[in-house]
Amino acid sequence: MTAVFYISAFIAVLATLVAITRMNPVHALLYFILSLLAVGVIFFILGAHFVAALIIIINAGAVMVLFVFVIMMVNQGKHTMEQERQWTDPKLWLTSGLLAVVLLIEVVYVLVHTNQGSAGSTIVSPKQVGMALFGPYLLAVELISMLLLVGLLGAHHLARESHVVKIKTQEDKNG
Amino acid sequence: MAEINMMTGLIVAGILFGLGLVGVLVRRNIIFIILSIEIMLNACGLAFIVVGSALGQPDGQVMYFFILAVAAAEMALGLGLILNFFHKYKTLDTNVLNQMRG
Repeated sequence: MTAVFYISAFIAVLATLVAITRMNPVHALLYFILSLLAVGVIFFILGAHFVAALIIIINAGAVMVLFVFVIMMVNQGKHTMEQERQWTDPKLWLTSGLLAVVLLIEVVYVLVHTNQGSAGSTIVSPKQVGMALFGPYLLAVELISMLLLVGLLGAHHLARESHVVKIKTQEDKNG
Repeated sequence: MAEINMMTGLIVAGILFGLGLVGVLVRRNIIFIILSIEIMLNACGLAFIVVGSALGQPDGQVMYFFILAVAAAEMALGLGLILNFFHKYKTLDTNVLNQMRG
């Protein structure tokens, strides 16, 4: 189990290092998703199963999809076709693919070995986390829900403002 | 089964945080800066999980839950700002974006 931890920590650090040195945002994003998956494996090894599921569903899933949408929206240009051709080059995805395969082997290894009930760390079950969330941390959960509401309103406001600007320019052109 | 040393996990979190910091400092593309902030938040969450796991308490996971919510809100607003910037200036270079007025 310790070896799995070290390998996934190495993958996380390496993928993050590659992610912040890429010139192409989409490549960086894919490496960052790989880093998130490696951190998820670390969480699973440490006995935090709830959070391991959360990081993959929310961080690597929802947030990164949002990121990809924005990159798609701001990446319009004449070079898109050439870039697309370059992106499908096997040279570019081979490294991340191999690292992801190593992660997959690790996950299988961990799953096989947790059935024997010999995990090194203490497992904190999702039930305990839920009891803590809606017990002593109830006020913080309410504050977080307010924060998410503020984020929602803020994103709505930002999107609406650009829309208003666009309509104004059209009116100027018409007038 | 050998336990994973708490210090090792914290060192990994520190390395990830340092990489995110380097990304914020070095890159000039605003998308990479937001990505690096996400890396740093994630490293903080990893540190919380490592300590919470070492102590056998659910508080570490609760804190990660909160960090995740903060990161999601920050991401939504940051990406909305990026879209507005791009519509106005047609660039993502922070050297250009920091010259905005009003």
